[in-house]
Amino acid sequence: MRYLPHTDDDVRRMLEVIGARSIDALFASIPESLRLKQPLQLPPALCESELKQHLGELAGGAPPIALVGAGAYQHAIPVIVDQLLLRTEFFTAYTPYQPEISQGTLQAIFEYQTMMAELTGLDVANASMYDGASATAEAVLMAWRIGREKKSAVLVSAALHPEYREVLATYTAAMPIKLRTVDVDPSGATDRAALAKQLDADTAVVVLQAPNFFGVVEDVAAVAAAAKSAGAIVVTATPEPVALGIMRSPGDAGAEIAVGEGLGLTGALSFGGPGFGFFAARKDHLRQMPGRLVGATVDSRGERGFVLTLSTREQHIRREKATSNICSNQGLCALAGSIALSCLGPQGLRELAQHNLAKAEYAKRKATQFGLKLVFSGPTFNEFVLDVGPAATDRLLRLAERRIIGGLDLGRFDSKRRGQVLVCTTEMHGRGLIDRVIGALAGQKEPA
Amino acid sequence: MTIPNDLRYTEEHEWARVEAKVATIGITHHAQEALGDIVFVDLPEVGRQIKKGEAIGAVESVKAVSDLFSPLSGKVSAVNGDLTNTPDAVNKDPYGAGWMVKIELAVPAEADQLLSPDAYRALLAKEAK
Repeated sequence: MRYLPHTDDDVRRMLEVIGARSIDALFASIPESLRLKQPLQLPPALCESELKQHLGELAGGAPPIALVGAGAYQHAIPVIVDQLLLRTEFFTAYTPYQPEISQGTLQAIFEYQTMMAELTGLDVANASMYDGASATAEAVLMAWRIGREKKSAVLVSAALHPEYREVLATYTAAMPIKLRTVDVDPSGATDRAALAKQLDADTAVVVLQAPNFFGVVEDVAAVAAAAKSAGAIVVTATPEPVALGIMRSPGDAGAEIAVGEGLGLTGALSFGGPGFGFFAARKDHLRQMPGRLVGATVDSRGERGFVLTLSTREQHIRREKATSNICSNQGLCALAGSIALSCLGPQGLRELAQHNLAKAEYAKRKATQFGLKLVFSGPTFNEFVLDVGPAATDRLLRLAERRIIGGLDLGRFDSKRRGQVLVCTTEMHGRGLIDRVIGALAGQKEPA
Repeated sequence: MTIPNDLRYTEEHEWARVEAKVATIGITHHAQEALGDIVFVDLPEVGRQIKKGEAIGAVESVKAVSDLFSPLSGKVSAVNGDLTNTPDAVNKDPYGAGWMVKIELAVPAEADQLLSPDAYRALLAKEAK
């Protein structure tokens, strides 16, 4: 059921109709002595996330909570996102092939593209890809095409999400492309000395995750400078879009293609999706971009309108020479992300990012106090890796019994990292919870 | 003049102006009309070695993309950079300002195998049926 409160304008017009001067004037018949002269005895208003929390507790205890990111970040997204998504004009709209009946959808996508281009610091963004992993793979293929398919080596940071690396391997398996890994150094960032050694005239692309899989902030500008002097293109992948509120934009730092995952902005992790891959690039690479593009134009009456454009890149026109076989976008999810971003605004996104950073810094300090060591020394955003050791499995299990997922044991991806736990803290995690989880990971006993 | 008499033609609706060892190529009036408003021309790099019949670029209109085939073998000695900003020159003046590629011929004799203006006219008449 929808609740649409009266605006001041509605009230004013109603008073005009009935001939009353104000709402208070309507109660003039109530004796002065009986009128309440103090505020109602109510506790202060809760903000939306506090209210959701409170109602959840009333409904039967706190919901399970996870301090895990690793590509899927839990954020407090305003409920208005769901409400607007449910509007049938958006929810049941099909692909906007006929611009004359799809201006709403097209305008929404155009605004989404604009936001992603701004956030990544690049000239143009597409209407979205399926997810961050396939967007990364498509970015690599695009960069290879930009190099006229003459260079065959792709240098991939070891700190790119392992599942993104698997998808990249799948996409390039049957192609004349060689994937080479660049290790991380003790700070947790991609090893720049190793990168310099591996860069050569055959390198088409360097792929970097920012912030990386270990939560560490990469020096994208330094990597971009090294890549550029070797004639290679830098692609950055950002699975945590909130980081874009505080980090130097990839475009600004020298990346020519920036991709990432928008799942964390949609409000529902839903066991990993659906989300949306965002994809942005420099204007000179426009014709090599995969995915749909919405452009602004004027109609036959000179009025502004929006259309799908540059379709000559796509397979229904170029067939086997198309930039990709994608012929879709994650319209509804990208819309959710853009509604969330427009609610936050640039200032709000920055504050949200700062809030996340502060939580993680607090958690790291707590970990040190409890005697836990950080695996990497580099600066982090909202994730970090703790060296918990062989007891990790047990301690995480204890927390899980209390409906808390305390972190992700990296042994799942790399047997050499068993016992190293990747912990993520966002605005969803209160101080008490953080203390409890860090304490448990350090081996402190939970109160009964 | 939609089929200039001083040029040679191909079945893919390209023209070639052969002057000693250099040929200038482009697409014909018929081709630009069929494609519609040209919005982008993808040209090969200068210095590239090309073979007769090889697809060396593409001509894009709003609704279609057409491969550009080289009628002759040789080395690309120049491309028309103006087409980046004014691709519509191909529509307005396909045989002049709309020229696309200059080739230093490797096998000048190949030019004799191209269609004469009359042969091209006959081809168009046949295709019109």
